[in-house]
Amino acid sequence: MTVAALPVAALGELLRSMADDEFVIGFSDSEWTGIAPILEEDVAMSSLAQDELGHAAALYGLLGDLTGTDPDALAYDREPDAYRHCRLLDHGRGDWAMAIARRFLYDTADSARLDALVGGSWAPLADLVGKLVREERYHQMHATVWLDRLARGGSEPRSRLIDALTTLGPDAGTVFAPLPDERALVEAGILATSLPELEARWRAAVEPTLAALDLPMPPPVREPERGRADHGEPFRWLWTEFNTVRRAEPGATW
Amino acid sequence: MSEAAIQASIARTRARIGSAAELDAGAVRSALADVPDPEIPVVSIVELGMVEDVRVDADGIHVSLLPTFVGCPALDMIRSSVELRLSAFGRPVDVRFEYRVPWSSDRISPDGRTKLQASGFAPPAPVRPDEPILVQLDRPVPCPNCGSSRTVLENAFGPTQCRAIHHCTECRQPFEAFKTI
Repeated sequence: MTVAALPVAALGELLRSMADDEFVIGFSDSEWTGIAPILEEDVAMSSLAQDELGHAAALYGLLGDLTGTDPDALAYDREPDAYRHCRLLDHGRGDWAMAIARRFLYDTADSARLDALVGGSWAPLADLVGKLVREERYHQMHATVWLDRLARGGSEPRSRLIDALTTLGPDAGTVFAPLPDERALVEAGILATSLPELEARWRAAVEPTLAALDLPMPPPVREPERGRADHGEPFRWLWTEFNTVRRAEPGATW
Repeated sequence: MSEAAIQASIARTRARIGSAAELDAGAVRSALADVPDPEIPVVSIVELGMVEDVRVDADGIHVSLLPTFVGCPALDMIRSSVELRLSAFGRPVDVRFEYRVPWSSDRISPDGRTKLQASGFAPPAPVRPDEPILVQLDRPVPCPNCGSSRTVLENAFGPTQCRAIHHCTECRQPFEAFKTI
């Protein structure tokens, strides 16, 4: 497709939402470094965090190229309300069951979203996604194994997992919250299908896993149009954490 | 390869080519075989299959590399090692990372696999795209120390993004494997 036909504004919103999702879940994962329930999970969550922050950096890089903005400024220099990550990632660290429930819901939803971007018409994103899907398979495997382990792990792990799914479930579908002018992305062939259709595919994909473990399905999202807004106190806390160095010494390099 | 060895190699290249010599992509590829992976220095970026394309034209030398992982923190170091090594040719060097072709562990050369094995890293099993990753991971990886197949996966995530941790129940040693990806 020609550059003139590129729906720049809609594409920018898509890149920002994906980059912010990966950035925020990456920092949330990094909160487990040193305090995960077993040593292997200290390593795993740290590695996941590194993957996700790397994905965020690549996506901010594409957004920066598209809009002529410095990727670091995109990542760190916005006020909390200007971040467009989904509300699923706004619940604070919580316990280990929350970490696993969040990862399971996000990883499965992210996978549905990436599948709709593979082979898209805007090569920079389609090429990157072709690489991301290979890495995300490991993430989804990790979350699914732990979901199973907690669900079958006896009364306390199971009840904590159900609590976590009950808390996060209503926000799980916000990964597919509507984006401004998303129709232009579908018409341009960047995104294979609409976000509501992707949400339906994701629900169909997770239903057998959750049903087999007798776990609750995520209910429909309330106020989907605000699914990437109203971030609240836990995110403000995380925001203060992740840009501490940036604010302490603006422009520092290392 | 050590810093001193790279410098010596650069000096040899300079002596060989002279400033006006014709430069072709093959010579550049040979030079890139000196650039080690910063995280597993026994293998070069060529053996890892990271070098996707080399072009030499009037503007200089163009190298496109495929990151093994998107978030690999060694990319900047690899870029500067490549620039340093190719500086021997006295032409402008343009190094790009790209995803046009997704890097896969299947790109590691037979030599690269042998070197990984010899230094205690189990080389990656071939990618089987139709098989769930969990099934692939559960297949025992031969122990690089004793060769036994009685090994178990301890952690799909390891000290760097590209490694997983296994344990050999025969020689009772932990070992790392390059991830199949």
